[in-house]
Amino acid sequence: MATTATVPASVPTSSFWKRNQRELAPWLFLAPGMLMFAVYVVIPIFQSVWISFHDWDGLGTPQWIGMANYAELWTDDNFYTSLKNNLIWLVMYMLAVPAGLAVALFLNQTVVGIRLYKSLFFFPFVISQVVVGLIFTWFYAPNFGLLSGVIKALTGSNVAILANDQLATYGIIAAGLWPQIAYCMILFLTGLNNISADQVEAARIDGAKGWGMFWNIILPQLAPATFIAVVVTVIGALRSFDLVSIMTDGGPYGSTRVLSYYMYEKALSEYGYRMGYGASIAVVLFLIMMVFITYFVVRLLGQERDA
Amino acid sequence: MFPTPIQKTAPWVRIGYQLLLPIALLIWLFPLLGVAVTSVRPASDLAAGNYFGMPTYFAGFENYLAVFRDSPIGWYILNSFKITIPTVIGAVALSCLSGFALATYKFKANLWIFFLFVAGNFVPFQILMVPVRDLSVRTGLYDTVTGLVLFHTAFQAGFCTLFMRNFIKALPFALIESARVEGVSEWKIFWYIVLPLMRPAIAALSVLIFTFVWNDYFWATVLVQGQDAMPVTAGLYSLNGQWVAAWHLVSAGAIIAALPPVLMFFLMQRHFIAGLTLGATKG
Repeated sequence: MATTATVPASVPTSSFWKRNQRELAPWLFLAPGMLMFAVYVVIPIFQSVWISFHDWDGLGTPQWIGMANYAELWTDDNFYTSLKNNLIWLVMYMLAVPAGLAVALFLNQTVVGIRLYKSLFFFPFVISQVVVGLIFTWFYAPNFGLLSGVIKALTGSNVAILANDQLATYGIIAAGLWPQIAYCMILFLTGLNNISADQVEAARIDGAKGWGMFWNIILPQLAPATFIAVVVTVIGALRSFDLVSIMTDGGPYGSTRVLSYYMYEKALSEYGYRMGYGASIAVVLFLIMMVFITYFVVRLLGQERDA
Repeated sequence: MFPTPIQKTAPWVRIGYQLLLPIALLIWLFPLLGVAVTSVRPASDLAAGNYFGMPTYFAGFENYLAVFRDSPIGWYILNSFKITIPTVIGAVALSCLSGFALATYKFKANLWIFFLFVAGNFVPFQILMVPVRDLSVRTGLYDTVTGLVLFHTAFQAGFCTLFMRNFIKALPFALIESARVEGVSEWKIFWYIVLPLMRPAIAALSVLIFTFVWNDYFWATVLVQGQDAMPVTAGLYSLNGQWVAAWHLVSAGAIIAALPPVLMFFLMQRHFIAGLTLGATKG
């Protein structure tokens, strides 16, 4: 990296440098990373907030319109549909946590080939959401999809899940749960691997087993893994964009839009380049996310203070 | 160990478990297997309505060949590599430096900077979208591989810094202290003492970032317009629009696009999981 040139080694050993090396060194080490992060992450957040008070097509001069974008959101039915879908995503996605734990408990054995089984169960997480989306689109496709084949065999009727405005969002969430459960599973497998064997044995001697053992001895020790599983699942649910774009493009009739997708549609698609309005949707999504981020960071702060 | 090791249970449970494992796996990977079979199914099968049965013959070779010959997927894959590899190097290099700074120096702003990296890592992409796209357009980086590399490097630096900082914190601090007493410069401490110990963390992060960036779709649609710089995720989406109902081609394309991260995962599994489960055991 070109940036390494700014780091202590190349600085001539002056007395000033010798005296202040310990104070200056961290800033020199931090400079390249902080610069990049500021330009592409921190500053754009503030710029987005600023843009959300403007009417802007991305090319001309932005027009200051105050809260007009937010006022428009207030009466925009599509916005409420997206918000409602985000909520459904958030609630349904949480299923990944207990489901991942269940799979982890199922696989936490030492039999021949179990390592390969664990890797193959984890597999869906490694592949891109684009591929997951295509796989499930095919899986759901009416007439020739595997799932609709099964449904037809069972009920005799054809269901086009992704073309049904009642079912489509759930169909997409199910596709998203597939890799998310795999992710939670791997977190819990690691957690289970680090459970204190002494405690488990001691509890066994005291007669604990089954559900009581799980609830009183195992689950408390899985708290760190559970926390991370919840964090990544919340973030994953609110970030849902890829699957919506791949599987339905927000349709049918906009019924599967989520905030992240609606924002993109408003700001960058054929519906017109309304950057200001898009930015205001992004700000709302950001504020929702901030509730969770603040909670995570406060928890992290507590841990750092203890350490 | 929990649950009770299967070896300590009744024989019928043991046999039942061994039977259940492959069945459960089959159900779990059912959609994927369907796509894998479809990718080797001849087009004539699809036309004749043979969607679920055995393919009449193995058409894997002709389907995959057709995908490479009739579509720019080879080019898209090349772009994906051109975007992913520099990003991995850049993000890991930046975070080695910043992680070292945050882990070994005590100064007032330390924790705040750390939290900034952590929090920035969680923000929704959409709050960055308009300004980052605008910045790229103004600097001539829109629709270029470089534009994507710079953004991904900066964004991934957040997660990488968190990871590196925690890793270095767990190293024996006495090592650094004694070097300082000896009068070794801060840069030499980083380069000769800490960096060699960071190899496992570098490996774990590299595999993870490779997968994250390879699989990115959102930024590929926001910062790229034409085929020139398009990576395989966005490319696959546009091909899917062209191959209407040609599911044997879509399936083959999907498998090609998924292959590099999958190979990476199986080759570097231990590192991959170590990276992903950071923090799942303590804290």
